[in-house]
Amino acid sequence: MSIPTETLSNAYRSMKTIREFEERVNAEIMNGQIPGFTHLYTGQEANAVGVCAHLDADDTIISTHRGHGHCIAKGAEVDGMMKELFGSSEGLCKGKGGSMHVADIDRGILGANGIVAGGPPISVGSALAAKIRKNGKVAVSFSGDGSVNQGTCFEAMNMAVVLQVPAVFVIENNYYSEHTNISYAVGCDDLKARTEAFGFPVFVADGADFFAVYEAAGKAIEHARAGNGPAGVFAEQGRYHGHFVGDPQHYRGEGELDDLRENHDCLKNFRARMAETGELDAATLDAIDAEVMAEIEQAVTAAKAAARPTAGQVTEDVYINYGAGA
Amino acid sequence: MSQKTMRDAINEALHQAMEQDESVFVIGEDVAGCNGSAGDVGAVGGVFGVTTGIYHRWPDRCIDTPISESAIVGAAAGAALVGMRPVAEIMFADFIGVCMDQIVNQMAKFRYMFGGKSRCPAVIRFSAGGGFSAAGQHSQAMYQIMTSFPGLKVVVPSNAYDAKGLLLSAIADDDPVLFFEPKILYQEACEVPDEHYTIPFGEANFVREGDDVTVVAFGQMVPKAAAAIDELAEEGISCDLIDPRTTSPLDENAILESVEATGRLVVVDEAPPRCGLTADIAGLAADKAFASLKGPIKQVCAPHSPTPFSPELEAAYLPDGNKIKAAIKATLA
Repeated sequence: MSIPTETLSNAYRSMKTIREFEERVNAEIMNGQIPGFTHLYTGQEANAVGVCAHLDADDTIISTHRGHGHCIAKGAEVDGMMKELFGSSEGLCKGKGGSMHVADIDRGILGANGIVAGGPPISVGSALAAKIRKNGKVAVSFSGDGSVNQGTCFEAMNMAVVLQVPAVFVIENNYYSEHTNISYAVGCDDLKARTEAFGFPVFVADGADFFAVYEAAGKAIEHARAGNGPAGVFAEQGRYHGHFVGDPQHYRGEGELDDLRENHDCLKNFRARMAETGELDAATLDAIDAEVMAEIEQAVTAAKAAARPTAGQVTEDVYINYGAGA
Repeated sequence: MSQKTMRDAINEALHQAMEQDESVFVIGEDVAGCNGSAGDVGAVGGVFGVTTGIYHRWPDRCIDTPISESAIVGAAAGAALVGMRPVAEIMFADFIGVCMDQIVNQMAKFRYMFGGKSRCPAVIRFSAGGGFSAAGQHSQAMYQIMTSFPGLKVVVPSNAYDAKGLLLSAIADDDPVLFFEPKILYQEACEVPDEHYTIPFGEANFVREGDDVTVVAFGQMVPKAAAAIDELAEEGISCDLIDPRTTSPLDENAILESVEATGRLVVVDEAPPRCGLTADIAGLAADKAFASLKGPIKQVCAPHSPTPFSPELEAAYLPDGNKIKAAIKATLA
């Protein structure tokens, strides 16, 4: 499989941006600068980027509570996202949504979502719209290993098959639904087989390997875009942080996190691959790293200086038009 | 113009909306019907026949679904987010219990949580309310609960004319709208224009006009209240009867101006009393028209009980003309 150099450098930049965004957000939360509940995606970057590399602006994604990575991969602006996390009125959602509700409809981002498995039914709706309009678009929903046990996820998968819509279900197994291991919470031994039993193909990938995710997602998205109904991607990769920032992670085994960071790192893997193939040299990747670090630093500086919302904005944007009864 | 039942008026509104705008589609359980069976696909048109004929004209925009209420509402919400105008049918309002998240945490809040940068022009239709001996899981009003969620508009028509005009407004509206059809009224007919027309949200209808007591009623209680008021007129008691038609937005001014004129208020709804519309309207009047009140506000509603099955029990459960008349008289005592 040959991937254009520009796609490769964009993918690396996107993964690096997610990594550094999340690590900086973690630090700013610890500094007391970012309020609320935040769930970090660090470690799983290749999933979002490997999938979104196949999408254009009019394809949609819907994300999860762990949504920063999906949004960045689909093109959300880091600056607006950082301001949103800081609660500024200049944020992407004017400070009304925060970490769990980052969205950018114009870029096909139907939102991070604070309800586990809230997204798949909505994504089926976007896919249904594509089918009715016959416009060749696809709708991707990201779900974790926790969401696949929710009824809404089952309903969405079955409905997508019944209606034969171009929905792509990306299941990211990070092994823990909050603080409970998949070996306990998923009642069967083979989640791929259980998902395929709904009636669509599921393509498996190592979530630490951008190239594996890219290939699997490419097959799933091609299947859906060609009008063959829904498809799935099943990617396995642990997260480097807790369920939420501040999670003491009592559920981790000894050395688990060290192993994840040392041996399951999409950025290291990507660089190793590039060293082998020579498609992007180390200097190019180093330059991307430097640009990303500068962008994150600038975003944090801007977020700290950004306008704060005022009380009068509380009731704005509830309705487009509430009419005479307002 | 001709006599049409509420069911036919709603059906006509759906046909006209589908004709006018190809982004409109209907979705729900059996909205076509007979899919995958030996029967004629499209022969059902919903369990109450409200979507009759749509599949035969627009098979690509009449989407039969499995029994999956969360996925139905979610699909409507998602399609609306990308610019379609779905009209979903949830067979019974009681089934909100299995799709509550998609309504209140998803579609109701998109626009707010996304900083005003999205629109979700979805309509969810429900059959609602009691009177069919349908017991505890197929009889509830539910609109009073949904009225409490910011981001949703809530419509409760009380006659065929309003139902058509309000549904056409709902479909054209850019915010999510919940449309509750009192199913006991599906067969009730009145004069309904053949052409397309709309009724704005937040504008109450004065069904009767009078001087002594303000009566506010919702949905299937409106014709019951009108009949009760007509009987009291023969005893020399005259009442305003206000049908808000939409509970969110609510035409507060119409209610307050009437209460200021009459000084007496009776509120009638078929739902149980706690945190319901009767308490809501009573609270509004107590807060904003207290000085005009000549006596206690009376609430006529169901008791704090599930809806019973047996006809005798349900008749005792639901508000009726006698209860409404007694409440009106009590405010004059």
